[in-house]
Amino acid sequence: MPLVSQPAASISDQPAVIPPARPSPAASAPINTALAPTAKIALLRTMVRIRRFEERSLRAYQAKKIGGFLHLYIGQEAVAVGCCSLMGKNDHVITAYRDHGHALGVGMEMNPLMAELYGKSTGCSKGKGGSMHFFAPDKNYWGGHGIVGGQIPLGVGLAYGIKYKGLKGAAMAFMGDGAVNQGAVHESYNLAALWSLPCVFVIENNGYSMGTSQARSSAGELARRAEGYGMAHGVIDGHDLYAVRAGMDAYLRAAREQSKPAVVEIRTYRYRGHSVADPDSTYRSKAEIEEYRRTKDPIQVFQNSLLAEGVLTAALAEQIDNEARAEADVSADFAEASPYPTPADIQSDVYWEADNPSQRKSQGRLFFD
Amino acid sequence: MSLITYREAIRHALAEELTRDANVVVLGEEVAQFNGAYKVTEGLLEKFGPSRIVDTPISEAGFIGMGLGASMLGVRPVMELMFWSFYSVAFDQILNNAANVRYMSGGQINCPIVIRGPANGGTNVGATHSHTPENVLANHPGVKVIVPSTPADAKGLLKSAIRDNDPCFFLENTVLYGNIGEVPEGDILIPLGLADVKRAGTDLTIVTYGRCVLHSLAAADLLEKEHDISVEVVDLRTIRPLDIDTVLASVTKTHRVLIVEEQKPFSSVGSQLAYMIQREAFDELDGPIHRLATVDAPAIYSPPVETEQLPNPQRILTAALAALE
Ligand SMILES: Cc1ncc(C[n+]2csc(CCOP(=O)(O)OP(=O)(O)O)c2C)c(N)n1
Ligand SMILES: [Mg+2]
Repeated sequence: MPLVSQPAASISDQPAVIPPARPSPAASAPINTALAPTAKIALLRTMVRIRRFEERSLRAYQAKKIGGFLHLYIGQEAVAVGCCSLMGKNDHVITAYRDHGHALGVGMEMNPLMAELYGKSTGCSKGKGGSMHFFAPDKNYWGGHGIVGGQIPLGVGLAYGIKYKGLKGAAMAFMGDGAVNQGAVHESYNLAALWSLPCVFVIENNGYSMGTSQARSSAGELARRAEGYGMAHGVIDGHDLYAVRAGMDAYLRAAREQSKPAVVEIRTYRYRGHSVADPDSTYRSKAEIEEYRRTKDPIQVFQNSLLAEGVLTAALAEQIDNEARAEADVSADFAEASPYPTPADIQSDVYWEADNPSQRKSQGRLFFD
Repeated sequence: MSLITYREAIRHALAEELTRDANVVVLGEEVAQFNGAYKVTEGLLEKFGPSRIVDTPISEAGFIGMGLGASMLGVRPVMELMFWSFYSVAFDQILNNAANVRYMSGGQINCPIVIRGPANGGTNVGATHSHTPENVLANHPGVKVIVPSTPADAKGLLKSAIRDNDPCFFLENTVLYGNIGEVPEGDILIPLGLADVKRAGTDLTIVTYGRCVLHSLAAADLLEKEHDISVEVVDLRTIRPLDIDTVLASVTKTHRVLIVEEQKPFSSVGSQLAYMIQREAFDELDGPIHRLATVDAPAIYSPPVETEQLPNPQRILTAALAALE
């Protein structure tokens, strides 16, 4: 098994024991049986790439190549990959600061992502945004937002835009289990329900908001808050990529075809601290983390399913893993070799007008010193 | 005197006030069980228990407003914002309710609340997490705004803020939390609205506050050594109330002014200061008032470039030489 045969390096997130190969019950859902074997392998590959990219970024952070915050998605890969794999051309995604998985999930390349983490001008945001602020509007990916809950009204706005333009699409607005307690989220629920906007609110419930467990932060059941607004809601097992796809497919169809919003809670788990700076010592046990890794690791679960289906061989799994590691290393080399922005770049990308002076219509000074 | 960090100084102020007054409570995200996102409140839960040190959900508008409501009944909440940058989520509570309730009630109600947390750039956390809202806050009559630069100031000013009967906004700095300084033992209060001359000099007055005080002192050393220029550094310590008298006394001595602030320049604290200095000491000035601020753009992430966006000793030195031309 390639994903466990590596030496247990301190930053490698591997399940210690291989559960017996078995197909996931959700594999037989039509949205999953419709997948060709190559498509299934591609989904596995994206999850593995996310994990290896993030492990490589963690090493770069420890080597002080990356500043600020680094919120790792490791353990949650099936959520972003499962949801993004369902995207049609009029579907859009927005999320919070734990945004690397969604970025690779929508098809962004590793090089500009790693370069962004390094603060280089070849980064996806030219080194201006950093880890929390990845964007790719050309891939219907609207970020990457640092303020807890702040992206959710924007998600409703994407849905409004889709509906206003008469498109058959859906917006997926991702948030954490802690974000559900922001007022802006509740206002967004009401707007989406009141105006029947095609927005699927996705709560990635990894059990904790920083060091606070769900039980210590939230009254009631998270997705059921939708009931107060007359919205559909449900809970999905986020450790199983097939289950994510099967569950989300129904909500996305209702959004695209009938412009119906929904609140979906996807249960998942993060292995790493809230950010790399979190010593992760006050709010959960090592045994709890180990238990998730051992029994619910999303890559392992999907890999086991593919092995049982005869779609994957151990040799191919090893190859995918090696390629993902190599790709991540290449992205780090690319980032390292890229130039930093210059102080002169600080004031570009602030105003459209300032960046397009020939088309400027307004008068007066835009910048001050 | 004891040598402690800025972080410990704030913690000691909290602990002493919690001990002194049973109405004081500490609320905020991760302040209790997690010991504070920046460990300022470390150990307070153990010492004072869960009814006085309270973890809140991520609901800034809700819990800041709740603290205000409780303060109307005489509870004295000290609310932690994990970053002042998140104040915008609670803008209505802070600037409509906290700043206006006393006035609109004809003085019948007051809000003895403290909101504290870091407000600074320089840690590569990007535009959403690097706001310096002291000018925005101070634009609202009814509130007080404090920005301490040293451990001793942090402790003495926070204790005063907690005992103050008006809403006090206390802006710390994540880069300063680990800095060590001499702090007097015991129940020492520093009055709000009293600036402090951190370095005496005769050729140029630098008016500043917060982390820029340290940058300015470093620049002043260089100016002394390399250019034989004697710089006076005035640390405002509180933005509102503003100790303009200490500023004017220094201007009367040096006749040259450089304002240094980790603010975007437009309508900043420095803009207000420059207006007041020229209004009240025009005849004392031997040249125009100069100012060094953050380069006018959202905070860039890229670590080496962010250093150049913010005031730093080298930029201050250059600006000081320009102010003396
Ligand atoms: C308005 C606001 N308040 C606080 C924070 C600091 N903060 C960043 S992430 C976080 C926890 C969020 O937890 P959750 O929503 O569960 O997402 P997760 O980190 O688990 O993905 C907090 C408190 C913030 N960024 N924005
Ligand atoms: Mg969470």
